Amino acid sequence: MIALLIRDLKLSVRAGGGFGLGLAFFLIVTVLVPFGVGPESGLLGKIAPGVLWLGALLSCLLSLDRIFALDWEDGSLDLLATSPLPLEGVAAAKAMAHWLTTGLPLTLAAPFLGILLNLPQSGFGWLTLSLAIGTPALSVIGTFAAALIVGVKRGGLLLSILVLPLYVPTLIFGAEVARRGSAGMEVLPPVLLLAGISLGAVAILPFVSALVLRINLR
Amino acid sequence: MLKVDELTVARGGRPILQNVSFELKAGQALVVRGPNGSGKTTLLRTIAGLQPAISGQVLCDEEAIAYAAHSDGLKANLTVAENLSFWAEVFGTAQMDQALAQFNLNDLQDRPANTLSAGQKRRLGLARLLVTARPVWVLDEPTVSLDAASVDLFASVVQAHLAAGGAALMATHIDLGLEAKVFDVAPYKASMIPRSGGFDEGFL
Repeated sequence: MIALLIRDLKLSVRAGGGFGLGLAFFLIVTVLVPFGVGPESGLLGKIAPGVLWLGALLSCLLSLDRIFALDWEDGSLDLLATSPLPLEGVAAAKAMAHWLTTGLPLTLAAPFLGILLNLPQSGFGWLTLSLAIGTPALSVIGTFAAALIVGVKRGGLLLSILVLPLYVPTLIFGAEVARRGSAGMEVLPPVLLLAGISLGAVAILPFVSALVLRINLR
Repeated sequence: MLKVDELTVARGGRPILQNVSFELKAGQALVVRGPNGSGKTTLLRTIAGLQPAISGQVLCDEEAIAYAAHSDGLKANLTVAENLSFWAEVFGTAQMDQALAQFNLNDLQDRPANTLSAGQKRRLGLARLLVTARPVWVLDEPTVSLDAASVDLFASVVQAHLAAGGAALMATHIDLGLEAKVFDVAPYKASMIPRSGGFDEGFL
């Protein structure tokens, strides 16, 4: 599992690996928002938590279809399925690699982009925390959706349509944590719900992904 | 070592070969022959455990089978050594140097896989078999894009593998000069569609 994780991290930083792509997309989306809604700082500060969460979610989406598609195309998914690694472990390692190359950089970059959107000072910590808790769920759910479309040629669009509805709970509670945090309100309930979603997804979805992969490999 | 008992395999939900039976003992090689589309790949995939059989069974420890398909499973952006050492780690073995040497890949070690020729890629794909350290090789068209010298090299590796107590099941049209029995799939062509399960079987 660790070997697979290291290989995927290595591949993501090599040419064409897509590392940083999500981050650049996140940056651009966030920079574009003030152009769209106008430079009024009060309004920007109000919508900043939601915009940052939406941006993070969309950047996550960018790299999802590569999770299994590349391995399927070059045949290594078949070989992994016949290797001593359980497919559950493969799915978990893939999700972990996706989070390390997408979710974690997004989380670290979000506070800096918060400045661009005039995020209230009290919101920075909560925004970072909510992304840190929420992005693992995004990666695991995305891995499951990627497993569903293994074998579908150019399934990226289909993947987005499949995965975005599944992201709704994470988005609601994640953005709620950041919003309440920046408004100085009680944040514990949405934090707990967000953590619950993440833990549940991390615990269950690798098994479901493995099941789906087995069916798709037939 | 590997026993296939009354196996019926399906492609796309439709049975393609039925009641296939054979046995492979240690030190033996079996060459699967048949025209294109006759179900050789489906049979090998079923034996490797990648797809379920409709009926019958494969009696073999799944952990004993090393499967190699049409595609080599190479990562274009990793070097030859990185590709191979990844599989060595996955299979928990450390025989990479030997595998490189046996397939004459030593000089190519640090080349990224996307700069290799088709035959060199295939050799790297076959070298993966050695690092799996598994006794039963299930190979689908292993000699595609190999030149005559590399085919000889591959044949000698298979020979050594058999001599060490391994077994090999191959779908190939090339004569490797091995003492291998030939298994023709033509007589096993599925004639009718046996429906053993419920009405939704075609969707599973």
